[in-house]
Amino acid sequence: MALTIPDIKRIAHLARIEIDDSAADKTLNKLAGILTLIEEMQAVDTTGITPMSHSQDVVQRLREDVVTATNQREVFQENAPAVDSGLYLVPKVIE
Amino acid sequence: MINQSLKQLSQMLANKEVSSVEMTQTFLDRILKYNPDINAYITQDKDKSLAQAKAADDSIAAGTATPLTGIPIAQKDIFCAKGWRTTCGSKMLETFIAPYDANVITQFNNAGSVNLGKTNMDEFAMGSSNETSYFGGVNNPWDLERVPGGSSGGSAVAVAARLCAAATGTDTGGSIRQPAALCGFTGLKPTYGLVSRYGMIAFASSLDQAGPMAKSAEDCAMMMNVMAGFDERDSTSLNHPKEDYTSRLNQPLAGLKVGLPKEYFAEGLDAGVAKVIDEAIAEYKKLGAEFVDISLPNASLSIPVYYVLAPAEASTNLSRYDGVRYGHRAAEYDDLMGMYMKSRAEGFGDEVKRRILIGTYVLSAGYYDAYYLKAQQIRRLIAQDFTEAYKKCDIIMGPTVPSTAFKIGEKTDDPVAMYLQDIYTIAANLAGLPGISIPAGFSNGLPVGLQIIGNYFDEARMLNAGHAYQQVTDWHTAMPKGIA
Repeated sequence: MALTIPDIKRIAHLARIEIDDSAADKTLNKLAGILTLIEEMQAVDTTGITPMSHSQDVVQRLREDVVTATNQREVFQENAPAVDSGLYLVPKVIE
Repeated sequence: MINQSLKQLSQMLANKEVSSVEMTQTFLDRILKYNPDINAYITQDKDKSLAQAKAADDSIAAGTATPLTGIPIAQKDIFCAKGWRTTCGSKMLETFIAPYDANVITQFNNAGSVNLGKTNMDEFAMGSSNETSYFGGVNNPWDLERVPGGSSGGSAVAVAARLCAAATGTDTGGSIRQPAALCGFTGLKPTYGLVSRYGMIAFASSLDQAGPMAKSAEDCAMMMNVMAGFDERDSTSLNHPKEDYTSRLNQPLAGLKVGLPKEYFAEGLDAGVAKVIDEAIAEYKKLGAEFVDISLPNASLSIPVYYVLAPAEASTNLSRYDGVRYGHRAAEYDDLMGMYMKSRAEGFGDEVKRRILIGTYVLSAGYYDAYYLKAQQIRRLIAQDFTEAYKKCDIIMGPTVPSTAFKIGEKTDDPVAMYLQDIYTIAANLAGLPGISIPAGFSNGLPVGLQIIGNYFDEARMLNAGHAYQQVTDWHTAMPKGIA
């Protein structure tokens, strides 16, 4: 299927990436080539094939429900753009 | 010293012919001299490197050294290393100081190795030329106007130009093997799950795998002894028994059954590369290997499948960069949504954005079955092709890359042409199989890589095949001109 500029803007919004009209136009051209490449898959009959996510068909390991990590809030917050009193600051979301 | 193998360097340290501090300083001096031309390293911290070297010398003096104690290693800037800036080649993480060590880093620290610095890479490992790095491109030492390959381009030229004793890389679709081929050294992508992904910044979690990049198969084996091992902190880590990857290096190759997939020698393979690969095959015949024709009928689907799965997983993994807990935050915004959207628009480069958009699209409502599920199904067909092939042979051989290193800028406007760089490497990632690239000669003065794809957990046999070849050829010892 052919993508349109509104499609690109909708996808960019879902991905939380700001995009202006000229960038959306350029992106459209590049993505069109990639989607054409991807469409080659549709020629393959995959009826009854089990999807594969890990080559070894491993199952998720379980562990005891115990605390394993120590509190390193101060170390982690050194990388944060804005913190105060141990809290991460973001623009106000509740009036 | 710079051309010595890891085994030789280890012996020099053990015999006190040289200290780790002296060895580390030698490489630091070379980085100072050559890095401005090739841009291999993003971040260095000489004080930290030399402190590790001093500690290694103490360990050697105390008799507690292991084979890689005191050996200076370059670490791809995708591995979190405590107290080191860790950028993943992105503006998004330009100021990020890792608060903990990746498992790979812990293993090298436990071995007493020296971290020489963090190497350049395509942004978030998305690229085949190192041109998507926020910190600038990397130049191939065999021809400074050409790319080194990617995404582990900085590690690649650090090995090729002898700006480290060995390096680490990661390989999601070919990011260790393709630059190894283009820069003329040995690079191994292990079986998926063999090396822990803990602390390795995620791109496509079901495909990402760390591995060694070094001058020879023997060096890669010594690196694997440090890197491989079960880690409960990585949910996909495999509980495979510890192996000594050097133990089988010297086995004779007589009777080794090698499969040649017809799809890897078809249209699209450069004639100069094909000639080099044919000569390597002839050399293996002399060593006693037996060749059998095989087919990987779904091989051509690897690229379409990869460009669904990898972007889908990337779009999910990279959603964590929201400008809240770490990473770039835009200077101006109106509200929370605006902060997310502007921070991500500014922090990510074009290729990363493209892949996030593709991934978001294929995972969006109504398209999941047609794209992601379909790709996971074809992925199984691709893996089954290998299972069938290994009924007829022990290892599979072919070219690593269809051509030699291309000119900087040549493919930047055409993502699909860039993606075709990985046409022979991606299938191993999709199937979770180990693959290695070994220098096999030159075409028009540029290195050519021979790829060996092994069965699951068969790294020791692949390294044996590489080592045997490197005993009778000297392609792996060739040095780029101008780098001495």
